Amino acid sequence: MSSIIHGAGAATTTLSTFNSIDSKILVAPSRTNLSVRSQRYIVAGSDASKKNFGSGLRVRHSQKLIPNAVATKEADTSVSTGHELLLFEALQEGLEEEMDRDPHVCVMGEDVGHYGGSYKVTKGLADKFGDLRVLDTPICENAFTGMGIGAAMTGLRPVIEGMNMGFLLLAFNQISNNCGMLHYTSGGQFTIPVVIRGPGGVGRQLGAEHSQRLESYFQSIPGIQMVACSTPYNAKGLMKAAIRSENPVILFEHVLLYNLKEKIPDEDYICNLEEAEMVRPGEHITILTYSRMRYHVMQAAKTLVNKGYDPEVIDIRSLKPFDLHTIGNSVKKTHRVLIVEECMRTGGIGASLTAAINENFHDYLDAPVMCLSSQDVPTPYAGTLEEWTVVQPAQIVTAVEQLCQ
Amino acid sequence: MEASRNDDPNLNPIRNRNPNPTPAPNLISSAQVWPTIDGPLGLTEEASVDYARRFYKFGFALLPWLWFVNCFYFWPVLRHSRAFPQIRNYVVRSAIGFSVFTALLSAWALTFSIGGEQLFGPVYDKLVMYNVADRLGLQNLGFSSRSHVTRHIRQNLPHDPPLRGSQNPIRRFCNTMAEQETLSSFGQHEDASNHQVMDFPGGKVAFTPEIRFISESDKERVPCYRVLDDNGQLITNSQFVQVSEEVAVKIYSDMVTLQIMDNIFYEAQRQGRLSFYATAIGEEAINIASAAALTPQDVIFPQYREPGVLLWRGFTLQEFANQCFGNKSDYGKGRQMPVHYGSNKLNYFTVSATIATQLPNAVGAAYSLKMDRKDACAVTYFGDGGTSEGDFHAALNFAAVMEAPVLFICRNNGWAISTPTSDQFRSDGVVVKGRAYGIRSIRVDGNDALAMYSAVHTAREMAIREQRPILIEALTYRVGHHSTSDDSTRYRSSDEIEWWNKARNPLSRFRTWIESNGWWSDEAESDLRSRIKKEMLEALRVAEKTEKPNLKNMFSDVYDVPPSNLMEQELLVRQTVNSHPQDYPSDVPL
Repeated sequence: MSSIIHGAGAATTTLSTFNSIDSKILVAPSRTNLSVRSQRYIVAGSDASKKNFGSGLRVRHSQKLIPNAVATKEADTSVSTGHELLLFEALQEGLEEEMDRDPHVCVMGEDVGHYGGSYKVTKGLADKFGDLRVLDTPICENAFTGMGIGAAMTGLRPVIEGMNMGFLLLAFNQISNNCGMLHYTSGGQFTIPVVIRGPGGVGRQLGAEHSQRLESYFQSIPGIQMVACSTPYNAKGLMKAAIRSENPVILFEHVLLYNLKEKIPDEDYICNLEEAEMVRPGEHITILTYSRMRYHVMQAAKTLVNKGYDPEVIDIRSLKPFDLHTIGNSVKKTHRVLIVEECMRTGGIGASLTAAINENFHDYLDAPVMCLSSQDVPTPYAGTLEEWTVVQPAQIVTAVEQLCQ
Repeated sequence: MEASRNDDPNLNPIRNRNPNPTPAPNLISSAQVWPTIDGPLGLTEEASVDYARRFYKFGFALLPWLWFVNCFYFWPVLRHSRAFPQIRNYVVRSAIGFSVFTALLSAWALTFSIGGEQLFGPVYDKLVMYNVADRLGLQNLGFSSRSHVTRHIRQNLPHDPPLRGSQNPIRRFCNTMAEQETLSSFGQHEDASNHQVMDFPGGKVAFTPEIRFISESDKERVPCYRVLDDNGQLITNSQFVQVSEEVAVKIYSDMVTLQIMDNIFYEAQRQGRLSFYATAIGEEAINIASAAALTPQDVIFPQYREPGVLLWRGFTLQEFANQCFGNKSDYGKGRQMPVHYGSNKLNYFTVSATIATQLPNAVGAAYSLKMDRKDACAVTYFGDGGTSEGDFHAALNFAAVMEAPVLFICRNNGWAISTPTSDQFRSDGVVVKGRAYGIRSIRVDGNDALAMYSAVHTAREMAIREQRPILIEALTYRVGHHSTSDDSTRYRSSDEIEWWNKARNPLSRFRTWIESNGWWSDEAESDLRSRIKKEMLEALRVAEKTEKPNLKNMFSDVYDVPPSNLMEQELLVRQTVNSHPQDYPSDVPL
């Protein structure tokens, strides 16, 4: 049994780039059934070379040294043309396409109408779809979230924008009690297909109240799904998948990632909501991250590669539920896990992920799971202090070196 | 030859042409006085009288200059006080008239050049023409409004709000030129240092130099609309929406059904057959009569004391019992507490126990109906306690801004568990709060089924036709305890409860009225009661015996498809149950 699993693990390293593309193109629009997805994996032959790193990890020169720190997407041969845009434009494009496709999709939030949204994600939509479909609301997060839930129960598919994720704390009551629970307590009679989205995370000197990481507070609410986007590609894909999903989905964006530029395909595509993204396949250590920390990790990965390490970087993307399948396969391959997150130490996503990995993959670990996260302090305003509150690439490199001893 | 004054009327002036007559005053008898300024070449006296009279009379047709002409042309008449008495009559009066006119004109001109407020004080503001025009709604004719730019683009809202905050461009222009005060700027002058009116977003705001606080309450409380008096007699000259016999009888029967159902379920809980229950005793009229005034397409967002609305729409006693027992026939699949009903078929949204969270949901539903342009509204119920929640205020504000067709029905029943309304708010009830958000409101006697029906009926029409929210405060009393976990005699006197139950009972009042119309009888009453009681007990019995839902329902419907972690957790639970079967309830199938 274990050899087959290892075999699957070996197969996944070579197939990993294809797998992540697989999920992007082949998945049917509204199926998020995990059992369908799991059938994709091929059981390959055994891999004696995989076992027994031993106490010392020597650089494995027998394996090809991967010079690139970032996974290249040349494998998508089907995507030869595309268009380049910024992340917030990708979000806007996804939203616009869904609003075109389904007249029930509507947007509500503060300043989303003619102002175009505080981060311009809803720019131009009010002119195109009218004031009723792109609704400017008074300032009461609980009320417009509640409104979105009521509208969803009567057949609309609202996309609720929180100007900043931190403000959604005011909407916690509606999100937890109504959004998360009503599908269950009504016996399945009423569905709540809302998308709650907004920018969160630590920005550039935005102050403590505007630098919150809500994913750690929301992760316990039963009935909701949480995803975090990190590139224009997955931003658009996740936005579209979230809108099409019948469950309430919270889409976490990051304030500092809105201006990332990338080329994305022209055709219609969605990203699976429950799937993690393999950013860089590797052998020595699994680094799990999401949102902005992905870029810090990739920066650290460059340094690590120069130092001779081969980290496997996975952008977990799906914060609730965790994609334990991809993560598990990676852990079984590398046996070392480092979690890099922006959440606070206590009760963050990293804390839950650590627990989940320890519970499920304890036997495969050669070292304790390490988690790098922000300190348990409100984010200071001073730029220098703020920098130290967030995990920096240097710390990641140190942590990897420490884990791989 | 000079003719005397008393010449014969046929005197031909041409014969005595003298271009420059100068009658000497001391030679009156021989002086030649002509009535007109033209002298001998002018009109005859007779003709002059005629003209003078005509000019005088026409001067009243707002032509004061005719009076001037009179004075000018017949100047000799004026000059010589005893000449031509008939003409003089008219000419003197013309003179007076013209003087008055001159006085007024100069006064007006002078006022503008000196400054209106300084001369007249605050009353000046009411007199100026542009303010008059304003009040008559005549301003901005032909001028484009500079109000919020989005007003031009808001095409989807069926009723654009009237152009608010628009200013009279002329006056605004003049304000900046206030230093140049000239007589020529009639009607457009505004004293720069003494603005009486401020243009503020939302409309003009008048200033007042007095420190005047708006009183915290009116001297008189908002009156309560009722149609049937305490004894069930129709109040004379009352306005109400007529109900047919069929509807009236159904309203009454459903009220009786609700009462019996509540009593039986409550007793069942006390006997240990049910885990929990909350009655709606005393509020049957609000429940049933409001439901009767709605259509099946109106979506209901209840608090938890409105099972009557479901009852009216056709929820059977068996279905109620199923939910209370949480058996497998329950539409909620046994997941919620008793009385937390829900039925998407009947457009009754599942009760969420948290107070007032359904209010913003209702606004959202109304917004959805508005987008689809449906002939329906959202209706939401809440108690007096619920109006303290933030959601109440936010929802009302939102509904007003979105112009959403939603009815907010507040069951002000005097108590929020043990908190009386005097500890809940200090305003005159809930109805006055509607004004604060720009919402039309009404206070109704909640124990008068006919008034409730009429009010909700009218409100619903208004809400849909005008696309606006309406707030209805129904005054009533919570006769029962808050729930089976409460004993209300601990905080209120049983006399008070008794009084409301007997003297203000909604059922007896309505019954008197329908009996007076010959639509009901004692026999019908006893028939109904015994039938319902039997049905109720049967429903209880059946529901109690029905199996509970399968264990898998604990994990289903959390998401559309159970994710792996939930499947795993279900597996763990089943494993635990297998290893400890004696601890697992026997009536929950695996």
